[in-house]
Parts: sequence; structure tokens; C-alpha cells
Amino acid sequence: MDELGRLDTPVHRLDARAKVITTLIFIVVVMSFPRYEVSALMPFFLYPFTLLALGRIPFGYIFRKILIAVPFALVIGMFNPLLDRQTIASVGAWSISGGWLSFASIMLRFFLTVSAALALIACTGIHRLGAGLERMCVPQVFVVQLLFLYRYLFVVADEGARMMRSMELRSAGPRSLRLRVYGSLVGHLFLRSMDRADRVYRAMVSRGFSTVGGSASGGNGEIRVLCQTSFRWTDWAFIGGWTAFFAVARIWNLANALGRMVAGGGS
Amino acid sequence: MSHHLVEVRDLHFTYPDGTDVLKGVSFRITHGESVALVGANGAGKSTLLLHLNGYLTPTRGEVRIGDAPLTRATVVSARRAVGMVFQDPDDQLFMPTVFEDVAFGPLNAGLPPNEIEHRVVSALERVGMSHLRNRPPYKLSAGEKRAVAIATVLAMSPDVLVMDEPSAHLDPRGRRRLIELLASFKHTKIIATHDLEFVVELCSRVIVLDDGKVMAEGPTVELLNDEALMLAHGLERPHSLRHLHPH
Amino acid sequence: MHMADALINPAVGGTMWIVTAGLIAYCARKVKQTMNDKLVPMMGVLGAFIFAAMMINFSIPGTGSSGHLGGGLILTILLGPYAAFLAISSVLVVQAFFFADGGLLALGCNIFNLGFFPAFIAYPFIYRAIARDEHGTLRAWIAAIVAAVVGLQLGAFGVVLETKASGISELPFGAFVLLMQPIHLAIGIVEGLATAAVVAFVARARPEALFAARADEESQNSLRPVLIGLLIATVIVGGAASWFASTHPDGLEWSIVKVSGKEEVSGTEDNLHKGLGRIQEKTAFLPDYGFKSTEPEAAPAEKTAAEPEPWPAISAGTSLSGIAGGLITLGLAGLIGFALKARHAGV
Repeated sequence: MDELGRLDTPVHRLDARAKVITTLIFIVVVMSFPRYEVSALMPFFLYPFTLLALGRIPFGYIFRKILIAVPFALVIGMFNPLLDRQTIASVGAWSISGGWLSFASIMLRFFLTVSAALALIACTGIHRLGAGLERMCVPQVFVVQLLFLYRYLFVVADEGARMMRSMELRSAGPRSLRLRVYGSLVGHLFLRSMDRADRVYRAMVSRGFSTVGGSASGGNGEIRVLCQTSFRWTDWAFIGGWTAFFAVARIWNLANALGRMVAGGGS
Repeated sequence: MSHHLVEVRDLHFTYPDGTDVLKGVSFRITHGESVALVGANGAGKSTLLLHLNGYLTPTRGEVRIGDAPLTRATVVSARRAVGMVFQDPDDQLFMPTVFEDVAFGPLNAGLPPNEIEHRVVSALERVGMSHLRNRPPYKLSAGEKRAVAIATVLAMSPDVLVMDEPSAHLDPRGRRRLIELLASFKHTKIIATHDLEFVVELCSRVIVLDDGKVMAEGPTVELLNDEALMLAHGLERPHSLRHLHPH
Repeated sequence: MHMADALINPAVGGTMWIVTAGLIAYCARKVKQTMNDKLVPMMGVLGAFIFAAMMINFSIPGTGSSGHLGGGLILTILLGPYAAFLAISSVLVVQAFFFADGGLLALGCNIFNLGFFPAFIAYPFIYRAIARDEHGTLRAWIAAIVAAVVGLQLGAFGVVLETKASGISELPFGAFVLLMQPIHLAIGIVEGLATAAVVAFVARARPEALFAARADEESQNSLRPVLIGLLIATVIVGGAASWFASTHPDGLEWSIVKVSGKEEVSGTEDNLHKGLGRIQEKTAFLPDYGFKSTEPEAAPAEKTAAEPEPWPAISAGTSLSGIAGGLITLGLAGLIGFALKARHAGV
């Protein structure tokens, strides 16, 4: 994901704020459709697809990431066909219950929103996103928290994985641990994390980071995210263009219109 | 005022849990010297280093950087003068990109943006890592991480470089590059390490630390060749010296 | 328990975003005020620790299954409520953005359900009240289990309320509650056990570490602003939700004129049948469900579809155009995507 976030394409060069705002508008519009809507959702795939394509992000990679998250939507969505058996539509020989319709709608929305979110990240990267969020008045403490969390995510996960591996090598049994062993293993991981936080803090202090002492110390306890982005006309165009498209696709069912055109031409 | 001078006088340190780590350490390192701090695990090397930029405050004794004692009032300028490179580069490189990481120190120093840019670029150039400026630090190789960690310190233009186990986790090529890089620096250098071959190549003087005290101090070749001394303090006479004539 | 966007309507999602944004701002200010600048790396690394800890499972005594640590309670015990809330929020943000675990619109809900309840309810009123300052004792174990259970029960109930208010899932309120609460009772006990086991170990191995990360211990009355905020939030959420439920049964149905000739279908339990009735009236030329006019063109189109995609058809003609149009649009969107991609590959 980071590799993708570092690419330098026109989409990556857009201001992070423009992409965040557009993606949020996208999600809100997609979710504002009534529950049985299916066909009108289709045009919205254009947004994630365009983002991914222009950002030169491999579709397959994103698709696999979406699939991982599918079960949750399935679990909640699958009750709809069971509970809502009223037939409200029929296509050819099939009568379709409202439940299946809303289920399909849920799954479509799920694919739309998740792919848009993933596309946003893949086309922005965490550091640009952090800078963007900070300028969107997200508290600085929280932006820094996000960056630090992301920075140490894999470091600590590696540490945990190494501990698990060495534990497995010495135990013939299954993967799960007895509670006592678990407590000490995870406890150790916690202590190591604390030690690491301590060392990181040391390194920060050594380079002039300090909240106490105020301006006298040079540092004022703030971590500045150094990422020059400025809102240019392309960013406005990005937001404006897509918002207009979303509005059009929200008001008129483009898919149906197209379908009627084709069907009309056929008959 | 020259900051290049580092002096430690009768340094004692006891951790809050009561462990005595340093029991009266004294030494003096002068301008441009390259000094190795050697000793077995637990000898107190890392604790000692943390005193050199005021992260820890001595229980007794004092640290002098340049001509001034290190106190709360001087700690800011001392931290600027003494650049500390920690053992695990993952701890030192915490920002999202290499560039931002190297800029962290200059930013905290309150420098103007163009000066920061200049410092970052030249620090990265100095360690030969300019091409990595937009990379996230954790994706780098061990050698690259080490070089970038050094750049983060160089960007603060310190007078003294303090390093904790700089050669740890490096493959032979990375280690060789590091030796060449460090040898090219004019800074006063204090290197805490177990890697005695590294010491032989880089340092003119050695301080042997054991049990919180200075056990011996002297020219590198002379001290490291002293088999009895080395063994007594959990160290080993370096192989490269065995092939040299001891005189 | 992470909610996906697909279950949330914009009104509920937006309201919860505002509520959580307020909480984050409040906690950020609190954390800044502590002047404990060690918290900066500590929160980050401990957030990462929670991620890693969730990968490690232990076997639940007396059952064949296994469980793992949840994030909320243990972070609050280790960091105190404010820093913990920020850390949990950041974990959920990263999960939503990078692992597609929980949606963006639902992010506010998820942070609230999994962060607010453990940090500001379960920890101060239950864990602290029962455990006091003990660690590793029976008292502390009970405290952790009860606190984890209560935190998760509240969180699960939050999920139910938010989902219901959104009106997208068909599950009746009672059934949903019966589905969520018992599952989370079990998960809560497991989380409590795991939390207590880890805290007990740390208390034994290095007791000072338990307090090192903590921001200044808050007195109870500093929680008052949070609770007042919560009250206001509840009123807003309740108000907004009921307004939408009553006037716009189908979530946020802006009064947009539907020109596509399709019907909107109403949604809350009460209105559902009425709504369906309306649909049936509209599909009047096929009043009998038993009678199905086979549309020769429609059947093959249906078979070629990857999944049997149902359409809100009023007439067979509309359904055909819906299928055709939908597939074509999807194809077009894909085609544009690939075309753009190809152009870039060529450059």
C-alpha cells in the first residue's frame, strides 16, 4: 500500500484534502439511495475505477483487499432475503423478493464504499493524508497519533510474530495458548512496546523535541508534518467535477436511461 | 566557544529501582578525537551515553559539553551540540518519510524553511542517501536505515557524534560503508560498541567500561592487544591485531 | 463489531462523525494539557501493540475455541481514558482506511461504539470502581471481566441502534438485540480474561510500567463534560434518527424527483407493507405473483449476469432496461478505467 501511495501520478499529486472531501461526498451520496436501489448505483463505480486507473493502482490488488472484508457485510445483509420475502419485482421467470433486492443493494454499496476508501489511500499515501488531515483542522495530536501508529504497526507486529514463532517452535500443541502463557506472552509484547516507546521518545528528545520549556527549548512539543500541498485549481476541479457527476447520477438513474436507450433501439 | 569538548567528572547514576549503573566515571574527550567506549553487556555504556545529551541527570558528578556543565539551562544547546545515533534505527526514524525524519531536528530548532531544506538535502547527500528522500523509513535496508539515522543527526550540525552500537545488524558491506562514512567525518566521535574490529579501524583511543567504572583508558592498539585486560572485562582481543606486530 | 458503510445511512453516519470528532478534539486537548510529552510515542506504539496483540490467540478454558484481546479496555487501563480514546480511534481509522475493516461513513459509529464505552463508561465507573488500585488480584480479574462485558454490551447495543436508525438492514430490533448481545457477552468475558491476564503479568513483571504511560489520573468530576457531551449527542442522535425514521423511512431520501420512472420503496417496519402495497399497485399489470409473464429477452440477460441481480422493476420493460443499463454502465465504468490505465501504461 505504501509503495502505491508513493507513486507520482496526477491523482497522487492532487491535494489530499480534495480526495478526502470527494470520497466522503461519494460515500454519502451512495448511501443516500433508498434501500432497494440497485441499477442507479452502477454509474458510481466510475469514481473508484477512475481513481485507481489514473493512479496506476492494480485493480486485482484492491479487489483482493475488498474480498477480505466481505464477510461482515454478508452476515448482516444475508438476513434481508430471509426476513423480507415480499416479492416486489419480477424479471422474466424470477420473482424477486425485496430482501434479495436490498441484499444486492447492500453488497453493491459495500463494494462501492470500500473500493473508494481503498482507492483514496492507494492514491494518497499516509504521509500526504496526514498533512491533509492536519490542514482540515483535525487535532494535531491525533494526526501525529495516526502517523506514529502507522509507523510502528509493522515493527510491533513483527515483534509479536517473532515471539509467536519461537513459542510455536517449543510447543507441539495447537496455536492457541493457555491463558497464563498468553498473559505473559502478550504482557512481554506490551513491555517491549513500552521500551520501544521509551527509546523513540529518547530519540525525539535528542533532536530537540520538548513540550516543556516552551519556545526557550526551540521545540514547542509539536510535530509538524512537512508536506507541501496547496489547493490548486485542479483540486477544485476534481471536487467540483465529481460532485456534479454524483449529483447527476443521484437524480437520474443513468443506468436505466442507458438501458432504455439500448432496449428502445433494439425494439 | 567550542562544543567539541566532552568531559565527564565522577559520574554516578542510580536508577529509580535502586540499581547502581554508573559508579564514578570520569574521562575527557577533546576536539576531533574518535574514542571507543567498550565493555560487556550491562557495563553501563548506554546509560552513560544517555547522560551525554542530558536525557538522564546524574545522581552525582557532572557532564561538561564544551566549557559549560550540562544543566537544565544548557541542555538545549547541549542537545544541539551532541548528536546521538541510537542503536535501533527503527526507534530513531519515526516520521512518515526520510525527508521529514531528517527535517525533524531542524524543525524543532525553529529554523526557517529554506534553511531546513538545505540542511536535509546536504545531510542526505553526506551519507549518500539522497535518492531515498521520499521513502518511508521502515522499508529501507538495515544499512540504509543506519545511514539515514546518521543523517537525521547531521542535519542538526552537531559538533560531537555519539553512537550506540552503530555496526549492529549490518552485513559486511553495510558495515564497510559505515566505516568509510564515519572515517570521513571531522566531528568528535564517541562510539559505544562490542565490535572491536570496528574500533580498530575507526578509533584512536579506547575507554574500557565495566561495572559502572572506567577500567582502562589508552591508545586503541595497545589496550585491545592486552589479552588479559580484554578477557577480564568480557571482551576479546581483535583478530586483526593478532597479525600485527605488537610494537 | 466493526460496522460497514453499507449498513449506515448518511444521517446516522454523519451524526456519529460529528459526535466522535467532538470527542477526539476534546481528548486531544486533554492530552495536550497533561504536558506529558512521552505520551506522543507511547500512544502510537501502544496502538500498534493492540494491533499485534489481536493476532495472538489463547484457548478459552473449558471450550474448544480461542479468543484474543480487544483494544478498548486494556488501552484505557494502560493510558487513561483520553489518550486511550485517541489511540483506539487511530487504530480504527487505520483499520478502516488500510484494511477495509469497517467503513468510512461508519467510522464515527465504530469509534464511538468501541472507544467511548470502554474509555468513558466501563473504565471509570466499573473497572476503577471494582478494582480500585489492585492488579492481579481476584478483584482485578472480576473488574476486568465485568468492565469488558459492560463495555462490549453497550458497544453492541450501539451497533444495533445505529443500524436500526439507518433502516438498511431488515433485521427486526428484537432479533438483532438477541443476536448481538449474547455473542458480545461471550466476547466480553473473553476480552476481560485476556485483559486481566496481561495486566496481571505486567503488574508482576514490571509494576511501574502500568503507570508510566498513564496521563495524570483524572478525578471523577473531570468526566462530567464528557457525560454532558454524551447526553447532548444522545439527544441529537435520537432526534435525528427519529425524524428520519418518521419522515423519511428509507434513510436519507432527499426530496429528489425521480425521473427514471422507478419507485422508491419505504422502509421502517410499519411502513414496509404499505410501501410494498404501493409497489404492487404500480406493478398492477402483474397483480398475481403466481402468474409470471416470461420475458424472452430478459431470461438470457439474467443468465449472463454474474449473479442474479434483482431490479426494482415496475414493468418488465423497465427491468430489462435496468439490467441492460446496469450492466452496460458497469461495463462502461470498467472500460473507462481500463482505458485510462492502458493510456498510462503506454506513456
